[in-house]
Amino acid sequence: MNMHTPLAALEIRALTKRFDRPAVDRLDLTVRVGEFYCLLGPNGAGKTTTLRMVAGLLSPDQGSISVFGVDALADPVEAKRIMAWVSDEPMIYDKLTPTEYLEFVAGLWGIEPALAEARATDLIGWLGLGANAHERCEGFSKGMRQKVALAGALVHDPRLIILDEPLTGLDAGSARQVKTVLRERVAAGHTVIMTTHILEVAERMADRIGVIAGGRLIAQGTLDELRSKAGKGDQSLEDTFLTLVAEPVEAA
Amino acid sequence: MLTAGKPHRIRVVALALVAFALFMHLVALSVVAQFAEIDPDADRGTLVVITGCALLAWSLMMSQAMESVTRAFYARSDLDLILSSPVASRRVFAVRIATMAASTMLMAILLAAPFINILIWRGGLRWLSAYGVVIAVGALAAGLSVALTVALFRSIGPKRTRLAAQIVAAIVGATFVIGLQIAAILSYGTLSYFTFLKSDLLVSLVPAVESAVWWPARAVLGDLAALAVVLGGTLLLLAGAIALFSPRFGDHATAAAGISESGVTQRRWRTGFRRASPRAALRRKEWTLLIRDPWLASQTLMQLFYLLPPGLMLWRAFGSNNADLVLLVPVLVMAAGQLAGGLAWLAISGEDAPDLVATAPVPAQWIVRAKMEAVTGSVAVVFAPFVIAMAIASPGDALVAAAGIAISAASATLIQLWFRIQAKRKHFRRRQTSSRIATFAEAFSSIAWAGTFGLAAAGRWQAAITALIAIGILAGARAVAPKKI
Repeated sequence: MNMHTPLAALEIRALTKRFDRPAVDRLDLTVRVGEFYCLLGPNGAGKTTTLRMVAGLLSPDQGSISVFGVDALADPVEAKRIMAWVSDEPMIYDKLTPTEYLEFVAGLWGIEPALAEARATDLIGWLGLGANAHERCEGFSKGMRQKVALAGALVHDPRLIILDEPLTGLDAGSARQVKTVLRERVAAGHTVIMTTHILEVAERMADRIGVIAGGRLIAQGTLDELRSKAGKGDQSLEDTFLTLVAEPVEAA
Repeated sequence: MLTAGKPHRIRVVALALVAFALFMHLVALSVVAQFAEIDPDADRGTLVVITGCALLAWSLMMSQAMESVTRAFYARSDLDLILSSPVASRRVFAVRIATMAASTMLMAILLAAPFINILIWRGGLRWLSAYGVVIAVGALAAGLSVALTVALFRSIGPKRTRLAAQIVAAIVGATFVIGLQIAAILSYGTLSYFTFLKSDLLVSLVPAVESAVWWPARAVLGDLAALAVVLGGTLLLLAGAIALFSPRFGDHATAAAGISESGVTQRRWRTGFRRASPRAALRRKEWTLLIRDPWLASQTLMQLFYLLPPGLMLWRAFGSNNADLVLLVPVLVMAAGQLAGGLAWLAISGEDAPDLVATAPVPAQWIVRAKMEAVTGSVAVVFAPFVIAMAIASPGDALVAAAGIAISAASATLIQLWFRIQAKRKHFRRRQTSSRIATFAEAFSSIAWAGTFGLAAAGRWQAAITALIAIGILAGARAVAPKKI
């Protein structure tokens, strides 16, 4: 039995990706096991590009990505086995029901049918989809679709859950259900990395917050640590965030 | 679209288009040059053939126009902008209907141009009037398609019209050809509908040469008075359709935009999750999505309509002359290529959850292979009955047909794989405009393989030439396909 448990759920070193201009620029980032980590940054800062590279949806130009000690670039299949990706636009199949969608995802991840079914039943209940479990997704609202996508991400019980703006467009009730499920996952020892523009969500949910601008991590830490770095006492996260992202712009 | 956004390809594409136009003129030369000297005072037999060709063109244009009208009803992209703008929506929709009519006519002119140009070159300027008839047929098709679609909308409502109009469009487009082929098979045992059009039986049943029924044919032959009546009448009809329907078009489009697709509960025939490998899960998903989407299924299965005449011919061949079965081989091979192309687009490009599939812990090659297996499995299910029936009557022909079906389907699937783009399944209709090169390559590879295996079944050495052409088309498509990351 391997007694070594990696301290980092995600370890990124010198990660670089260029499109027309550098989108991610020699980024270093470490997310600890079992923490809720929020990644903040202005539009075009490189948040989504970074996470898409971690999820294996984009190839980096250079750098390294390690997921629970697995080199995600050298062994992407093994890294994908232990993580899940949820984008802001829920990608599900209109003609499948939530139950069928979860069965399909479980098949892709090679989960035992009985175990997958038990997890699917739990997730559908937790996310309030019970009444629609056997209804095709084509008539679902954005919130319901996002919950189905989230259930798909969780049905294979990933150790690392990556979410890109998962609360965009959700009503208050749906957003609360999603946040509750994510907090429960973290409490159970899983790691969550989430990007959001809703600073209040980061303020209330994150164990640590990373601020990214111009493709580089310009600050990270707890809310108090960020306030301290911004040098303005007990101001709100919004003020802190705006101060932090303004500095690189002014420096440029 | 043809250059894939790469300016350096413009010259290549221009040269390819010129070469294609020359090729089509050569084809036209071999087909219609012999008819260039037809007497303007033609007999009934000639008038029947010309009218049959015009009706064939009309049915295809009608089908295309119905597709355009349905698309305009259900496109939500600019509806809010149009209805909230200070311009009268009646005018906007009148322009939209006129644009659809113009695009239908333009497409028809482009397709007919090589044939008409050859007739003008070899038979004189009187054939210029054929262009007028093409415009008239396009106007008639556009006007009637608007009327028919609106009638469907009012009678069965916006929710059902989308699928119904799709099916009606496909049936209108296919019925005339298939009807003529079935008549030709039943009366003469051949797939050639020209044989039926030229038959003494049909000629004896049609009206006399003085009848107004033949005005469109006379207009084609250069009768300017007939042309004026035909063109004027159809343009008036189109104008009437625009004037009559454009004021309500906005209401219908709004109603179409307001329909919801909620509430379909899926009955489960089993309990419990099934054990499946990732590849099996992918294959099952593809088949489930195809079966559950009647609109996509109708789009795809309409291609199988064209298998009705060969099926009838196969049935008639039992107990009679098996030599006729050779004629079926190219039809089956062609149909397999077309069906596989559509299915491959759905499975490979039309993936609604690309991120989910791409982040699954399976190698990318597995995913592609599973999707290709789903496509080839579907093609096999559709064509196996034909091949088995053929094998009972003529094992040799069945073997050639099976090889042709497999190779044609594999070629179309590979082309879709090389030119794959990320799209939603509901955008299936756009697949033919997203990459013209892929569309042409898929069509010509199917045609070339159909020719190859048709000639091979007939024992002709020329099969080697068409096989080389097919391989060349595949190699060319591979060379110009966008490079994947």
